[in-house]
Amino acid sequence: MKAWLPSLLRLALVVVLIAFVTNPGWFEPLLKPLTENNAPVIYNQGSLLTLTLLHLRTVLIATVAATIVAVALAILVTRPAGAEFLPLSRSLVNIGQTFPPVAVLALAVPAVGFGEKPTLIALFLYGLLPIFENALTGLTTLPANVVDAARGVGMTGWQRLVKVELPLSAPIILGGIRLSVVISLATATIGSTVAARTLGEVIIAGLLSNNLAFILQGGLIVAALAVLIYDGLSAVERYTAWRMGREPE
Amino acid sequence: MGEGVRIRFDKLGVVIAAISAYAAFAAPFATFRANRIVPGEARSILESLPAMVGPLLMAIVVAAALIALLKTPLVLRLAASVVALAALALLIGVAGSFLTPAGNTFARISPASGFWLLIFAFTLLLADVLTRLNLSPQARIGVLVAAAAAIGLLLVSGSWNSLSILKEYFNRADSFWAEGSKHVTLALGSLAAAVIIGLPLGILCHRVEKLRAGVLNVLNIIQTIPSIALFGLLIAPLGWVASHVPGAAALGIRGIGTAPAFVALFLYSLLPVVANTVVGLAGVPRAANDAARGMGMTDRQRLFGVEFPLAFPVILTGIRIVLVQNIGLATIAALIGGGGFGVFVFQGVGQTAMDLVLLGAVPTVVLAFAAAIILDAVIEMSASKRRVETA
Repeated sequence: MKAWLPSLLRLALVVVLIAFVTNPGWFEPLLKPLTENNAPVIYNQGSLLTLTLLHLRTVLIATVAATIVAVALAILVTRPAGAEFLPLSRSLVNIGQTFPPVAVLALAVPAVGFGEKPTLIALFLYGLLPIFENALTGLTTLPANVVDAARGVGMTGWQRLVKVELPLSAPIILGGIRLSVVISLATATIGSTVAARTLGEVIIAGLLSNNLAFILQGGLIVAALAVLIYDGLSAVERYTAWRMGREPE
Repeated sequence: MGEGVRIRFDKLGVVIAAISAYAAFAAPFATFRANRIVPGEARSILESLPAMVGPLLMAIVVAAALIALLKTPLVLRLAASVVALAALALLIGVAGSFLTPAGNTFARISPASGFWLLIFAFTLLLADVLTRLNLSPQARIGVLVAAAAAIGLLLVSGSWNSLSILKEYFNRADSFWAEGSKHVTLALGSLAAAVIIGLPLGILCHRVEKLRAGVLNVLNIIQTIPSIALFGLLIAPLGWVASHVPGAAALGIRGIGTAPAFVALFLYSLLPVVANTVVGLAGVPRAANDAARGMGMTDRQRLFGVEFPLAFPVILTGIRIVLVQNIGLATIAALIGGGGFGVFVFQGVGQTAMDLVLLGAVPTVVLAFAAAIILDAVIEMSASKRRVETA
């Protein structure tokens, strides 16, 4: 395969995606065969662009919050003061992953009501785990000679953390963020079962009215977003790994 | 220590004590509702339990929290967490019957935030003790069985019967077990199918390098399709198969229902199985393979006698990921008529009856949790067995 082919495919995907969410009407003939009885072809209870942006906003807020909390926790349990929590935090991460997203969503509803909030809580909880796990791996597998050298030149604990440990772990932490974003993009669609405004709304409308075109457009937009964001973050990860001279995971 | 005893605090204990203090003194222990969907009224521990029992529970909680707060021996911490959890489990049932007015069949009593926080705090203590005890895999399964037996006993004895979640259960006991078995069949069946197809595919990808990137990329892309969309997208092709392939409909293949759910779960399961098979086989030490070749083993003997046993723990890890993920994802099958515990979750969300949501969510979480513990134990056993054999 030529080296530029994947980049070209990605560029094409970006163009098609933008064209689709801004001018879905252009694609009507393509999706028309999937509908029956003159049902609407393009989702008509809201603009696809707005829903896509809302979807991305929900994922972004949840991921930023999850990153801050997960990295802070990982830093805490890898310091001498928090070392006691390390084994327990590992078990908790394991246990947390066994909670299905639908259950988290449904159980958050009585506490915070319907809409975006339960979705944010579920995405936040789900996003925490991969980031925390990777941050832990990154911070506990630092090359010992580098950390010793940092100590040797008289850096304080804080300086070592900010100037040595975090930058060296960045590629691995980014890997966790990438996993978490891809999971969140798909999980956010389930949020629409509790009335969050995401692309899941389009898919659910399709399921309820037996409209395959709706299901397909909702699903494909989310999948395309996930593939593009995954690729983008992988590139950032490779770049930071190269800057740090560390192999990405 | 002449100058007075220095009190040493346990850091996790501070967290546990803070949560339990808030939960016991400030948060509601139970919720009383006149019927199943009206908003509830909060009841504290002292209001929820008979005259002497309320203070008793308070005393147990305070004592257990103090044991957690101070640096105490592991055995004492273990006892404190078990006693506190057992007391909470028993007494929430007592609160149920105490708060239900005599002869009233509409009133609903549910555990409230204080109860759940106390359970969380002492489970945290228990989890910490169990982690520090560093139990063998067999012992971990033993603990799981003991916990399951205790919960089973409480359920059978009827001490929780006055709680709202069990009232929801009694209203639909038959469908609960039917949906439950559908849920398990979906999760385990799709896993079995994924192993049957995924293992050979993984071996093929390991042997034929050209195939590897392509297959893994396709499987990766399938993972990015949101579950509800994939379930929906399979309705059409399966509907077509059902109406055009003779005999397909008789096998239970239909556009909506279990068939698309099964296929969707199967597709999601393939990636972890194939990817872990490839990684596991790639991790087989070259020396082991060379030795096997030197002994004159055929390709097939080498695969089953050397490569496969060595890669087994990694492949099992893939299977664990799939099983836990499938048990959770199977809840979504309810959206397309595929059944499973999700039926109760979505019905409950629709009726804003949270106890019905719990009736679907709790068994799902319990199943996923038990599957994770059992498979983790099996993985550890197989990995340590491998170390002994290769040592």
